[in-house]
Amino acid sequence: MRSKAFRPDVDAPEWKGGYSPYDIIKEGIIAVVVVSILTVLLAIAFGSPDDPSITVKAWSTNDPMDFAATALSELNNTSGTAQYGAPYNKASTGQQLGPLTLAKWVGARIPINTVNDFVINPLKSLPGQPALSSDLSQWSSASTSTRANWVNNYTHAANKMKIVSGQLVVNTTSAGPVPLMMSDLLQMARTGALDQALVTQNGFYTTDYTLPLLFLADGTYMANLAQKQHLTGDQWGMMNETGNYPGQAWLWLYTFWYQVSPMNSSGNGDILVWGIMMVLSAGLLLMPFIPGLRSIPRKTRVYRLIWREHYRDVE
Amino acid sequence: MSTTEIDRQWTTRLRRRVAGKLPPEKLLPDTQPTYVASWIYVFGVTTMAALGVVIVSGCLLALRGPQWWHTSSVGHFVNSLHLWSVEIFFFAMVIHLWGKYFMAAWRGGRALTWMTGVFTFLVSIATAFTGYVSQSNFDSQWISTQAKDGINSTGAGAFWNVLNTGQMLMWHIVLLPLAAVVLTVFHVLLVRIKGVVPPFEKDGAEVAQ
Repeated sequence: MRSKAFRPDVDAPEWKGGYSPYDIIKEGIIAVVVVSILTVLLAIAFGSPDDPSITVKAWSTNDPMDFAATALSELNNTSGTAQYGAPYNKASTGQQLGPLTLAKWVGARIPINTVNDFVINPLKSLPGQPALSSDLSQWSSASTSTRANWVNNYTHAANKMKIVSGQLVVNTTSAGPVPLMMSDLLQMARTGALDQALVTQNGFYTTDYTLPLLFLADGTYMANLAQKQHLTGDQWGMMNETGNYPGQAWLWLYTFWYQVSPMNSSGNGDILVWGIMMVLSAGLLLMPFIPGLRSIPRKTRVYRLIWREHYRDVE
Repeated sequence: MSTTEIDRQWTTRLRRRVAGKLPPEKLLPDTQPTYVASWIYVFGVTTMAALGVVIVSGCLLALRGPQWWHTSSVGHFVNSLHLWSVEIFFFAMVIHLWGKYFMAAWRGGRALTWMTGVFTFLVSIATAFTGYVSQSNFDSQWISTQAKDGINSTGAGAFWNVLNTGQMLMWHIVLLPLAAVVLTVFHVLLVRIKGVVPPFEKDGAEVAQ
């Protein structure tokens, strides 16, 4: 028989002390009953939040200027989605962790063309609109440079964009079909038809809300509502939910990193936080093998509190 | 058929291996070491009980489909049961985790038990997250559009699209719960095989190998 030095943070001696009765089935059933009762009491006392989802219809009705400005940003490729990079397009490198451009390496696997997906294709789905059909044909047959000129001219004139009698008004005569297209898109949105058009581009049945959610996120309407519900990142919003409910409290450490520099201001904040959390999670997972960290329980002696009856008996 | 031939069968060998590792008195013990005498031990079984309530309430929610709870007071109550059982589950699980950390519960060949526990915790976080983005209300709209940036920054968003509600719902009700339950069963079996970690004794003692 050979022996080696006892490693107190790795080894545990065989228990040679006493045993006491233990009814594991009874314990399990009591736990289920107690947790069930507690759950029912909490559900009766506090319920659960269910703030209705917002729609493009509500957005364009309640804040038509924000909707119009966002739609224009999709058309002139300045929106958050248009400039996002992978997985939606190749407009930017995306976030970087040092030299690692992880998103770019994977590529644009959920391709989104904001001009076509958010503006042109939904407008094409509108029936019985001769003037719009004519303008869309003009758009389709124009060269890339002509389209760019129209959009640029409209963008410059849009500084004085206004809503008159529910109609979007931008005073320009050199923007080709763009003024009518944008005005019709606003009208389409206010009827609720744009909500439907955004989710049905890939067919009748769908459960994919990528397009309408990205469109909503490009505007400020949803963010303003979230701000009022203490849900934004600088409000520790990632662990909150609407109303006064505990939300995902277990994400407190993940949310914490978004409150401190440089993650709270860096364009690479998300990947920095994910990098930190991956390292910390790996550390927790591999704790038994990390010298120093695995010694903390023994050195802090919190175990004396947990096993106080045992130590009282043996000492 | 000879005895030797029976001994070589996969079934025979597996049964003997399982019976050797986990005899009935270990699987369903009727005694426990006297040092297992603290309220901290309650939180392991509480976590499992809460997981059971989470699964039952989730199955009730599934009966009438994902939109039911928005339009029915009964459905909303079932959703409340699901929410609060999840909160109890995480509360108990985190205390269980910290308790096991301060016991250094990986000692004595229990590293895999610790690791399966931590992995179950991480999978549970992902399971809860997919539930939050599958609610089909304002919460899920906001949480998914914010969370996409974190997931996308790792490159995983190209395959795991948090804005695809159908994909998230399927992960929430099938794949991740399955993983959490399998991990939990494995974790508990390891606890039963290895037993509960004994208290720290004096440093520097010798152990026989």
